[in-house]
Amino acid sequence: MSNTLLDTVNEKLKAKFGDGVLSAEMHYDFPVFTIRKDIIHDVIKFLKEDEELAFGFLTTMCGLHYPDNKGHELGVMYQLHNLPKNLRIRLKTFFSISDPHIPTVTDLYPTANWMERQEYDFFGIIFKGHPNLKRILNMDEMTYHPMRKEYPVEDGTREDKDDKMFGR
Amino acid sequence: MSKEKNNNTDIIEKEYTTLNLGPTHPATHGIFQNVLKMDGEIILEGESTVGYIHRAFEKIAERRPYYQITVLTDRLNYCSSPINNMGWHMTVEKLLKIEVPKRVQYLRVIIMELSRIADHIICNSVIGVDTGAMTGFLYIFQQRESIYDIFEELCGARLTTNIGRIGGLERDFTPKAWALIDKFLKEFPDKLKEFENLLMRNRIFMDRTVNCGPISAEKALGYGFTGPNLRAAGVDYDVRVMNPYSSYEEFEFTVPVGTQGDTYDRFMVRQEEMWQSLSIIKQAIEKVKKEPAGVYHADVPEFFLPPKEEVYNNMEALIYHFKIVMGETDVPAGEVYHCVEGGNGELGYYLISDGGRAPYRMHIRRPCFIYYQAYTDMIKGTYLSDAILTMSSMNVIAGELDA
Repeated sequence: MSNTLLDTVNEKLKAKFGDGVLSAEMHYDFPVFTIRKDIIHDVIKFLKEDEELAFGFLTTMCGLHYPDNKGHELGVMYQLHNLPKNLRIRLKTFFSISDPHIPTVTDLYPTANWMERQEYDFFGIIFKGHPNLKRILNMDEMTYHPMRKEYPVEDGTREDKDDKMFGR
Repeated sequence: MSKEKNNNTDIIEKEYTTLNLGPTHPATHGIFQNVLKMDGEIILEGESTVGYIHRAFEKIAERRPYYQITVLTDRLNYCSSPINNMGWHMTVEKLLKIEVPKRVQYLRVIIMELSRIADHIICNSVIGVDTGAMTGFLYIFQQRESIYDIFEELCGARLTTNIGRIGGLERDFTPKAWALIDKFLKEFPDKLKEFENLLMRNRIFMDRTVNCGPISAEKALGYGFTGPNLRAAGVDYDVRVMNPYSSYEEFEFTVPVGTQGDTYDRFMVRQEEMWQSLSIIKQAIEKVKKEPAGVYHADVPEFFLPPKEEVYNNMEALIYHFKIVMGETDVPAGEVYHCVEGGNGELGYYLISDGGRAPYRMHIRRPCFIYYQAYTDMIKGTYLSDAILTMSSMNVIAGELDA
């Protein structure tokens, strides 16, 4: 069933957005689409308003950071859910860390408000058009975005915390 | 009274009061702050500040082997830790493609439903306390105590349980545990009925809760509500039915829904869910009896710790033990999302593994965090005392809110 969902959504997106859909594949039970950054808002709007798909529920979203993918270091993952038909998909979009701007989806899903604030807080992703984009879980005085990979979990100055053996 | 004074009031501008509700206030049942703009006793607007007990679980998880992350999940919704633990185990099992034996799945269902009851007991009795009814709270908390006794017998811990392991449970249910469960199943219905009689048709309770903090179904969906709070608004979304895990599809139970989405509906939905959980536990016990006895984990020696006594005498057990504890076993690369019906709604784990011993990225969909943002919207124009009730009926747990 999920495979047919992958094909249905893929065909619809391809017909509407052409090569804006960079990849479409199954990850376990989830169809996952990678979308070009500039059309992500349009894609989500289309998926929400399409009569057949009608992804009216934003389950969750989270930031991603791949420092080795030059030019596409940061990313956002969205998970949409069509509750009546129980269809679930995941969208991803990647962009450069030097220009971490992405349109907000708070106009489509009010619940994205705090989710986007959280990802701004931890990854420094700036959601354009967000009504109240400020830190949420960390303190306001913080000057960096701690979930980025360059910040170690343990305090780097401590020698007793060296975990060559146990750490990642 | 005098003419002069009347004239004075014309030129005095209306003043509003700013009230800090929290961060440490006994009525908020957790550490979170709401800055409220008050006109007398009526709330005009509010702003929530969260993050007081943020512990960076998602960051810590990037440096911990998978089995060590279980203890982090304990501290999300600490009123129903076992559900969080099981959700995490099932996520990792999905990533590793481990098939867990049926008996383990049923045992897990028993544990999860017991902790759902414990979770709902806290929420519902605290709604009672906030309306001024201390009695029900004290009565029903004894039942929560016996659930914690069961957990203690199953895993040694009571609140932050770390129950179960990747691939199964750490040990089988002992005869004493079964006896405690039996005792609980015998005693609980009477006590729950008694609790219901105290509150359900109580004039004062109904006056305080009916139409207090209502939310419509559309709004609730927009705000990403899940769990009892969404069902109280009239949407029958339950992960156990929609995306069954751990063999929930084999159980007979109904999903209660409300209509108004107010405090009373939330109370009633949780109340009915406790009865349903009881029935699920009974069904699960019947199903466990039909399965081969003594099976409590899947056969995955790479990920499931061998019995300690074998470690000293058996070469293979020693190797596996060493590899698991030292984090030498690599996990396949992949990306997986798994959700369970937690005490408060859809608790989801999103996990990206790049093949190492620890996740590359772990994100938790925390239902509290997502629906709590609707709170300031829900309390606009209501009395302060109703705002307190709305908060306690939403069951906002600080640990899950801030992760």
